[in-house]
Amino acid sequence: MPQAATDYVPHSDADMRTMLAVVKATSVEELFADIPEDVRRREPLALPPGLSELEVLDELRRLAAANTPASALVSFLGAGIYDHYVPAIVDTIVGRGEFLTAYTPYQPERSQGVLQSIFEFQTAICELTGMDVSNASMYDGGTALAEASVLAGSHTRRGKVVLSAGVHPEYRQVLVTETAGYGPRPQVVDLQAGAATDLAALARVVGDDTAAVVVQQPNFFGALEDVAAAAQIAHAAGALLVVVADPVSLGLLEAPGRLGADVVIGEAQSLGNAMSFGGPGLGFMAVAKPLMRRIPGRLVGQTVDLEGKRGFVLTLQTREQHIRREKATSNICSNHALNALAALVYLSWLGREGLAELGLLCTRRAAYLRARLLELPGVTAYTEGPVFREFAVRLPLPAAQLVEALVPQGFLAGVPAGRFAGQFAGPAAAGLDDVLLIAVTEKRSRAQLDAFVAAVAAEVDHG
Amino acid sequence: MADESYPQDLRYSKEHDWVRVDGEDAVFGITWFAQDALGEIVYADLPDVGAAVTAESPYGELESVKAVTDVFAPLTGEVVEVNDALEDEPQRVNDDCYGEGWIIRIRMTAPGQLSELLDVDAYKAFLDEA
Amino acid sequence: MADAQGLPGMDRRTIYEKSCCGRRAYSLPATDVPEVPLDDLVPAGLRRQAPPRLPEMSEVDVVRHFTGLSTLNFGVDSGSYPLGSCTMKYNPRLNETTAQLEGFAGLHPYQPESLAQGAVELMWELGEWLAEIAGLARTTLQPAAGAHGELAGLLIIRAHHLAQGREPKRVIIPDTAHGTNPASVVMAGFTPAPVRSDARGGVDLEHLREVLAGGDIAGLMLTNPNTLGVFDENIVEIARLVHEAGGLLYYDGANSNAVLGISRPGDMGFDIVHFNTHKTFSTPHGGGGPGAGPIVVSAELAAYLPVPLVERAEDGRFFLDYDRPQSIGKMRTFYGNVGVLVRAHTYIRGLGPDGLRRVSETAVLNANYVMESLRGVLDVPYERRCMHEFVASATPLKEHGVRALDVAKRLLDYGVHPPTTYFPLIVDEALMVEPTETESREDLDRMVDVFRRIVQEAHDDPQKLLDAPVTMPVRRLDEAEAARHPVLRQRFPEDEEAGAC
Repeated sequence: MPQAATDYVPHSDADMRTMLAVVKATSVEELFADIPEDVRRREPLALPPGLSELEVLDELRRLAAANTPASALVSFLGAGIYDHYVPAIVDTIVGRGEFLTAYTPYQPERSQGVLQSIFEFQTAICELTGMDVSNASMYDGGTALAEASVLAGSHTRRGKVVLSAGVHPEYRQVLVTETAGYGPRPQVVDLQAGAATDLAALARVVGDDTAAVVVQQPNFFGALEDVAAAAQIAHAAGALLVVVADPVSLGLLEAPGRLGADVVIGEAQSLGNAMSFGGPGLGFMAVAKPLMRRIPGRLVGQTVDLEGKRGFVLTLQTREQHIRREKATSNICSNHALNALAALVYLSWLGREGLAELGLLCTRRAAYLRARLLELPGVTAYTEGPVFREFAVRLPLPAAQLVEALVPQGFLAGVPAGRFAGQFAGPAAAGLDDVLLIAVTEKRSRAQLDAFVAAVAAEVDHG
Repeated sequence: MADESYPQDLRYSKEHDWVRVDGEDAVFGITWFAQDALGEIVYADLPDVGAAVTAESPYGELESVKAVTDVFAPLTGEVVEVNDALEDEPQRVNDDCYGEGWIIRIRMTAPGQLSELLDVDAYKAFLDEA
Repeated sequence: MADAQGLPGMDRRTIYEKSCCGRRAYSLPATDVPEVPLDDLVPAGLRRQAPPRLPEMSEVDVVRHFTGLSTLNFGVDSGSYPLGSCTMKYNPRLNETTAQLEGFAGLHPYQPESLAQGAVELMWELGEWLAEIAGLARTTLQPAAGAHGELAGLLIIRAHHLAQGREPKRVIIPDTAHGTNPASVVMAGFTPAPVRSDARGGVDLEHLREVLAGGDIAGLMLTNPNTLGVFDENIVEIARLVHEAGGLLYYDGANSNAVLGISRPGDMGFDIVHFNTHKTFSTPHGGGGPGAGPIVVSAELAAYLPVPLVERAEDGRFFLDYDRPQSIGKMRTFYGNVGVLVRAHTYIRGLGPDGLRRVSETAVLNANYVMESLRGVLDVPYERRCMHEFVASATPLKEHGVRALDVAKRLLDYGVHPPTTYFPLIVDEALMVEPTETESREDLDRMVDVFRRIVQEAHDDPQKLLDAPVTMPVRRLDEAEAARHPVLRQRFPEDEEAGAC
């Protein structure tokens, strides 16, 4: 009988007959006798009929071909998701069926591979951030921020979280949505001109009602913040300091843990994971030791078996939903294990020297591009002061217009900040439609940078 | 783990706590039955010295690997001492629940509540019913 | 059956312990721009004082390390994985091919929509298909997991009531519910109100009426079939009662594998549904994630869905609609776990409606086959047909001094992954078995045979279970010590001296 659709059910007709006899049913239909007729679906679902594997692939290729991915263009898109080179061994490892198709390691004796890799991932995050304890990963940077806010609220028993507007606007939106019914209320402090946090304004609103102060380093516009000063403001008021960090920067920039952070969170997609239209990403959270029992998400710990041999297990599970239920630190059930594995393989490939060299390369190229762009007539700095690999400039024309004009030449010029206008106020918010956020990774060669400058120059002359 | 026992000189609550009176103070712990049900204890979340505790309200939590339970105060008062040894050796609650596994000591503010607690026979009878 | 004991003589050190000074795997382009002094670019005060202690290894050593770790794992690719409530079905490799097409994997979320039409079309199609499978109107693909979908659904319930000027606090949850349910309820600002199950394993209608009479009802969260593997025949009545009390019904779709094309939650009366793509729609578990938890809602609730909503314009163009004034907001950054959703889309496209129905028919047949074959071997508390999973109890083995945990550990020695243990909470010494539809009759027979042997061992030589596992890379691990004195990251020699965490 022809098999015109994909089918992963092994049973032959003979198998079905044998098995029905064992369960004492004459047809499969009898197995659903408990379902009342008025909720029993009789017509087939209105879905397109199944296809053979090669036809499915054709269909998906058609859909994929209707996209022009940023990875295939000279892209300067950043804003939380970055086009870094993913070395070939990442896919080799992550594609192995023993990692890809394994479940959560609830039977540790049979899952030492997953458990040890998570332990190594937790270690890597602690090393990058300078913190004591990391969880096994979370969904993304935005939900990690929401979780950090809840943690701060329950630890300090205070009802407000103060955030710099330099924290990614989408993270701030997620925080507002997810804590609508639970956890501290967010309050945002505007950025000053030049795109850094207004520390004086921050100090004015932080008080004994503040559970946490949140800053991002580098911030959304690429400005480098004075994290140590933010830590002092927070701690003086008895609040926690939460830092949203960019893991790729942490080979070059100081670890937030050494600057006074109590919680470090962020998005680690840029460590060995494809951009994939924004998901799945890799949220992470690391905390100082006193907060260990409040951290949400899975934790892997080291222990010994009854012969004294080292092994790894999920631990401190009493924080989690499957035990504490309504008193859990969070409802989070899963982690992004496969993305975390990719990040670990990536960091193992880069190593301590590679990460530092990568950071340096990106910083140098970004600085070069920034300097050349600022020489163009009408282009001025939006982000002032030192930056890592991302910065914003103010153009003499709408940023979205420039982006559109450069697409046919093979460039994705950057992210127009105007799309986030609703999330900014104060001195930094004026004329955001003319502001372009530009990220430079190791994939952008000097030749590409020079060609880009020429293309922008041409546009700026017209516009 | 020690063998099952319920000392004569203690008072008991239906939440499976014991009380040892010492002048104006009372020392709390959990009974053999409670530690056995909980399993190997891995963490004790205890109040600070100076905190107030209220009869029949929880004053802390005990965690085993797979469960968490509130610990209830049998009497009202103010915490004057906490068994800090439990931070590093929470399993003392299992091994010696009436001795080294004591949990907190309070200064009683309503000693009259003692009469509402069970003596050892009444507690054993309560266990048999359950 | 794959033998995952590890490679002979395998080096079990962590990657940090294997790290060797000066070794390197990476290569990066040389700096081709002017080498301005670093102090001029990033002031020393902002720079790293001590480098992170990442491994220093050659590429072959990195590959060997992780290849070695993979041999210590067990996946669906390795053998049967009858974990109840997890739906460990085969993860088709076609899904991997499509998800990795550069046209999807290389997309940046902020690239112009005109350059991402294929991705937005795929998301649109998947949303339409999930709505059809659910029997409801509009979909959001944002939630990253089932628990995340629950939170989104509960926030929508909250928004719905607020829009009518109400703030009811109680969400009813059966005592058989998965732990994420009450946790999500609290995170959405509600209070869980438990309802008991009756002797047949469904919701106790009398108790439900009592709970509803208490008022202040925001809604009810249910999974049907429930975690006992039982289809609640009173579902239409339950829905009517809750709606009458002004509440909404949320369907936890974790058990959808039993009813695809057979019964739709929208037709049962539910208002909001979440699906776990990593359960029902074959996306791989990856050792714990990533998954996806899209939700589908009734037309009345569509206004509250998170932004942006995936839309198709009249001219056939696909776009992301941010103009949603009543939306609850954003549940996460960007649009969803698109890489995972491509896999779910691929799966549904290949199977079609007939294939999906066959999935459920076979999943239910397989579970009944195993349950029937285990009668007399294990105790099955509910005397009725099961759906895609069933719960057995190991309580009768207690007289031999063994428990469900010991049965699970001994299964490992026989190369069968244990079922879920100690869930649902209302069954003592629970073993929840869900074979899924992708297990063959021989594999099911083998699984049953292994259970029989182990139960026999429990009678004849219980020590074998208590000592188990004996053939794994590690014996039973001291979880109490791991919880008492947690060691959650590598201890480097310098840390030992400094007495660090």
